[in-house]
Amino acid sequence: MASIVLKDIVKKYADGFPAVKGVSLEIADGEFVILVGPSGCGKSTLLRMIVGLEDITSGDLEIGGTRVNEKAPRDRHLAMVFQNYALYPHLTVYENIAFPLRLTKGQFSQEEIDRKVNLAADTLELGDHLDRKPANLSGGQRQRVAMGRAIVREAEAFLFDEPLSNLDAKLRGQMRTEIARMQRRLGTTTVYVTHDQTEALTLGDRVAVLKKGELQQVASPRGLYEQPINLFVAGFIGSPPMNFLPGEVDGGTMRLPFAQVPIDGPLRERIGDRKLVIVGLRPEHVEDAALLEEDKAAGGVRFDAEIDVTEWLGSELYAYIPFDTHPDVAAKLEELDRDLDGEGMRTQVIVALSSESDVRDGDEAQLWFDPARLMVFDPETGENLTRDEEAVVRIEEENEADRKAALERAQAREKRVAERKERRETERASGGGARAAS
Amino acid sequence: MTGLSTKQRVWWGVITVLVLVYALFPVAAVAATSFKLPSELNSGTFLPPTPTWGNYEQILVGDAQGLFLSALRNSVGISLIATGIAVVLATLAAYAIARLDFPGKRVVLTTALGVSIFPIISLVTPLFNVWRSIGLYDTWAGLIIPYLSLTLPISIWTLSAFFRQIPWELEQAAQVDGATSWQAFRKAIVPLAAPGVFTTALIAFFIAWNDFVYGISLTSTEAARPVPAALAFFTGASQFEEPTGSISAAAVVVTVPVVVLVLLFQRQIVSGLTQGAVKG
Repeated sequence: MASIVLKDIVKKYADGFPAVKGVSLEIADGEFVILVGPSGCGKSTLLRMIVGLEDITSGDLEIGGTRVNEKAPRDRHLAMVFQNYALYPHLTVYENIAFPLRLTKGQFSQEEIDRKVNLAADTLELGDHLDRKPANLSGGQRQRVAMGRAIVREAEAFLFDEPLSNLDAKLRGQMRTEIARMQRRLGTTTVYVTHDQTEALTLGDRVAVLKKGELQQVASPRGLYEQPINLFVAGFIGSPPMNFLPGEVDGGTMRLPFAQVPIDGPLRERIGDRKLVIVGLRPEHVEDAALLEEDKAAGGVRFDAEIDVTEWLGSELYAYIPFDTHPDVAAKLEELDRDLDGEGMRTQVIVALSSESDVRDGDEAQLWFDPARLMVFDPETGENLTRDEEAVVRIEEENEADRKAALERAQAREKRVAERKERRETERASGGGARAAS
Repeated sequence: MTGLSTKQRVWWGVITVLVLVYALFPVAAVAATSFKLPSELNSGTFLPPTPTWGNYEQILVGDAQGLFLSALRNSVGISLIATGIAVVLATLAAYAIARLDFPGKRVVLTTALGVSIFPIISLVTPLFNVWRSIGLYDTWAGLIIPYLSLTLPISIWTLSAFFRQIPWELEQAAQVDGATSWQAFRKAIVPLAAPGVFTTALIAFFIAWNDFVYGISLTSTEAARPVPAALAFFTGASQFEEPTGSISAAAVVVTVPVVVLVLLFQRQIVSGLTQGAVKG
């Protein structure tokens, strides 16, 4: 197990296309870090550079404190799970998992290989399938075999390249928790590439958001959600995505397409003399005014909106509200939408209301939000003006403490289970001996 | 073929029978002729009136034995060696073509194609002269080398197409798992490429086995003369007797290895082995 340090890593392809433009990132020993971003942001290239399948144009890559830029993949002692699993179709599940051990030539005896493979198979519940060929396995089972192959190596770090994107939604959820559990238990440094922000938020200790080969922000999932550094991160993290509205500043108030919001204190100061800003409003921060408790309603802003379409999902209700955007920010928002792999269809606000809400298609509804939860972005640079540095530090410290505690707990539990098993085995052995004696 | 109507089924049957008769009738005729007595060759019947092993005896243990058995040995040896060399070289070349990006990749492929469509007959005369002067005339090597020019291009083409289908991730996964480039190739790629290699070997073998023009032009004695060429030198029991029966028997004997090979490699040729490597 080891830390991984990336120092100003650059990847330029032979045709001059810069896929990764100077990424620096420190991954602590035992940490679970996610590389996330829309397609073409260089996240997979970065992972392949770490594992050694892609040359590093410039910059330093250190694993466990030693520079490994020029080392072959086999000398980096990493384990990787590929997007399409890359199982060896001519080998059984057992041999697939044993493959890395067999390559070490005599370092492991057959008994040791047996023990390790069986242990991995038990962990991943593959015990019944060891004699089967990958072609006869389901997607989830193949995924687990690929993970088994990674586990037996006792590698310095695990690397995952979009491992769940070929699975259906239900299985994806199961495998996600499986990966999280495995990582906690083994405490192995893990780098995980995905384009799915849900995976990023649920799995990662820290998440690195990339855009066009540049690192945007590295933070805990909560840090990214609550204190995004810019428009891109704010728009990428969260589902359904954050709404971006033009906000025209006029003295102490800010005019949104359908509401007036008073601005004061620190926010007023940070907006400065900007006349126009981009306002970010998360769908889940809007509520149906009709369902609001009295004391809560007093502090927020109410507005009337014509609901275009609603989607009832059981747990919540999404309502879509079309609006006309301001021409000065339209270009910026369109560009952002393209960066986020969007289609740029129409400007609309998505709000996630309580499922009890009786707002329906075509209704005129009164909605409510708390202006304190709005985010305000500079329309030129996209910088988040509402970012609170103190809160950022606090969130990251809490996150780090949580991570260490979780790791310790998982390992303590692992130890307890192992001890119990051992005790049971010795009891059985002595019991058997007694029977034999009588 | 469950969804076919009776009419479709009948038509399929008729077409199948037609194709089979068209393809197999000559073979059956040769086989039937090989059992005829020399005097019955012009009897006009399809089946031999009095079936006899005489022709086979003649080529295997009789008068024509020396001519035929040495030719058979030459054919088997030369074809196997030519196939072996072609497959090994083509595997390496095709692997490079499928995996690596190097200048001149297209040139290699087009040249290979160009060589394979070059008419053999135009090469034979110059080769004959060159071989005579450098001592390769009427030797095994003298045939193996031109056979390589026939078998290599097609082997490179089939194999590079085959290698392209093998997911590259497998090799990368092996490398990450701790394999050297060579180990990754041997343990992850070769087993998957085996069906393709077998198919290619089979094709290459038949090309070498069936060659006649090189065989008859570049040999003069039993030292290197292969079967197709040797057949032309068969003579009847007397000057006035046609050797048709012996030639037919020899033709049947040289067809047998081909049939046996196809049956042996049939399972390897069946692809589908790569299924499951990646999500299917």
